[in-house]
Amino acid sequence: MDHTSKPPEMACPLPISDYPHVLMAHGGGGRLMHQLLSKVFYSAFANPLLDNHHDGAALQIGDGKIAFTTDGYVVQPMFFPGGDLGTLAVYGTVNDLAMCGARPAWLSAGFILEEGLPVETLTRVVESMRQAAQIAKVVIVTGDTKVVERGKCDGVFVTTAGVGVIEHGRTIGPTMIQPGDAVILSGDLGRHGMAIMAQREGLEFDTTIESDCAPLGEPVQALLEAGVDVHCLRDLTRGGLCSALVELSGQAQLGVRIEERKIPVDENVASACELLGLDPLYVANEGRMVAIVAAEHADRAVQTLQRFEVCAGSRIIGEIVKDHQDVILNGVLGVDRVLDMLSGEQLPRIC
Amino acid sequence: MKYLDEYRDAETARRLAAEIKRSVTRPWQIMEICGGQTHSIMRFGLDQLLPESLTLIHGPGCPVCVTPIEILDKAMAIAARPEAILCSFGDMLRVPGSKSDLLSVKAAGGDVRIVYSPLDAVRLAREHPEREVVFFAVGFETTAPANAMAALQAEREKLQNFSLLVSHVLVPPAISALLSSPDCRVQGFLAAGHVCAIMGMREYEELASKFQVPIVATGFEPVDILRGVLDCVRQLEAGQIRATNQYSRCVRADGNAPARRAMEDVFEVCDRTWRGLGEIPSSGLKLNARFAGMDAEKRFAVDHLKASESELCISGEILMGLRKPHECPAFGVECTPDKPLGAPMVSTEGACAAYFRYRRNKRSA
Repeated sequence: MDHTSKPPEMACPLPISDYPHVLMAHGGGGRLMHQLLSKVFYSAFANPLLDNHHDGAALQIGDGKIAFTTDGYVVQPMFFPGGDLGTLAVYGTVNDLAMCGARPAWLSAGFILEEGLPVETLTRVVESMRQAAQIAKVVIVTGDTKVVERGKCDGVFVTTAGVGVIEHGRTIGPTMIQPGDAVILSGDLGRHGMAIMAQREGLEFDTTIESDCAPLGEPVQALLEAGVDVHCLRDLTRGGLCSALVELSGQAQLGVRIEERKIPVDENVASACELLGLDPLYVANEGRMVAIVAAEHADRAVQTLQRFEVCAGSRIIGEIVKDHQDVILNGVLGVDRVLDMLSGEQLPRIC
Repeated sequence: MKYLDEYRDAETARRLAAEIKRSVTRPWQIMEICGGQTHSIMRFGLDQLLPESLTLIHGPGCPVCVTPIEILDKAMAIAARPEAILCSFGDMLRVPGSKSDLLSVKAAGGDVRIVYSPLDAVRLAREHPEREVVFFAVGFETTAPANAMAALQAEREKLQNFSLLVSHVLVPPAISALLSSPDCRVQGFLAAGHVCAIMGMREYEELASKFQVPIVATGFEPVDILRGVLDCVRQLEAGQIRATNQYSRCVRADGNAPARRAMEDVFEVCDRTWRGLGEIPSSGLKLNARFAGMDAEKRFAVDHLKASESELCISGEILMGLRKPHECPAFGVECTPDKPLGAPMVSTEGACAAYFRYRRNKRSA
């Protein structure tokens, strides 16, 4: 076939990644989302702090250093096994601060409320936030409330911003990753995504899958206090472990090699994923992170993390390599495969 | 996980791979029909465990890949109508039609919903009598019975606002068309286990005997697939050709009679265009006269819509097994999962997407 002689006709399903509208897939944590971030936000706001593309920004103020971050929460269903919108809104932002190596301290909370929302629902969300803040040892110090007409938002949207204190001199981020570093995963994968999906789609499994939603501030502080040479931290939210590692590998311009056998997935989560044709490596988490640390500190890091219930499943799953810039998974049968970021959302398969 | 772990066991897989190596004395080309099998092969790297002289060709068994562009355009035209709720399985949403995809139609305000069962669409029709609920019924003999059940249920409930946009396809006519093509390089087939679970083995016995080609009903886990390959290779090497069943935990020789009855109650065989392959006689299912009133193409007057496929995309050759995805000049360059030129790059089960996802470095290797 001669590709050059004939221009592609209009009927051809040609590249349509330059979508004129925002798609749900633009929020899926995959390639389309990164495209949107680069094209719209990074280019408009470009500055050295934002250019780190980290979970939050580390700011020098006088002699001190703080971390600053923000996140919006729009989860449906609002209440799910293991948590709700309120716990997510606190822990999500707390975790972003923790990933900067900061001790999370203060949060703001902005509420967009839909006309007709039962006050009782709002009270439940706020009570969850109160409890979550107490557990994560942060204080909600300022906020804002707006009401929009019915149909203009879905019940409650919450935006939290957070400030954390960086009490050490080290830089934590993708640029610090070194060849030979150990990749530590803090627990099993996919609980949050599958808990939400089971609830949202009314799928019934024998056992309820609970979200892993939890704060990671204390385990991170413990790592730093134990003197572990922490190079990078990343919480595994949308897009799961895989998207996080692909992102880090790209930013660090190094390769990652992980072993499938070492990656824990709860049996119920694995079954639900099999049923829907989803890959747990790409499913969202809300209380899991990868810690990339100097190899000689890896065992100490794992032992330190395991002292915390939320990180009890911590283990080394792989290492950073310099001979390529891909994320390679050594599969259960011993064969390697390249892991890539998804385009958009993971969509359930037809059969 | 029970019923899974034992079929992913590394030791068993290695033993089977070694057995295949011992059995192969010359080059063979075997096609796995089903996209689910292609995915397993890529995900677990099964092809890398096989001897080099044994080539796996990835067949046309992904319903998302072979759904013709015209039907997609029709689905989008329907979804754009304010009264319509278009229900679809998830991965159909990203498939490009001639100008757009269902995700974009949804973003522009169309009511497009992902369902997990066609009966969910029937429920929506019941709950929204003021709307027109359309189920996008694609797939092979595996999804057809459940879709037929949905039509039967809607008929029982006398739902006037439920219809189906049907583009079902059948496996045996496609095998027959492939084997009748002078370009065909396929010497043996791994048939899709779940299709055989519905249809039984009879059609495959006839094909195996007519074309003198082994056809092995095969499951989807690594051990299943390697067993299928081993059976196929042994037949080829021994020159004793027949249809066999390596997925006996799911497939019975006579298949699933009630499921077939539901299909026969609702559908009739028709000629069908396959994306990338063109029209194959008697290779599809459409609603029969009794259910003609549920035909969404007629209800929404979209049956006149016509569209043709990209000139750049070689999906036809991919689906025929004439070329591998990474042999396409557009693979990973103009054509990626972000901007797919053709359907095999769109569906997660598509051969090109599977190659891209698991073998991205193959091109440079």
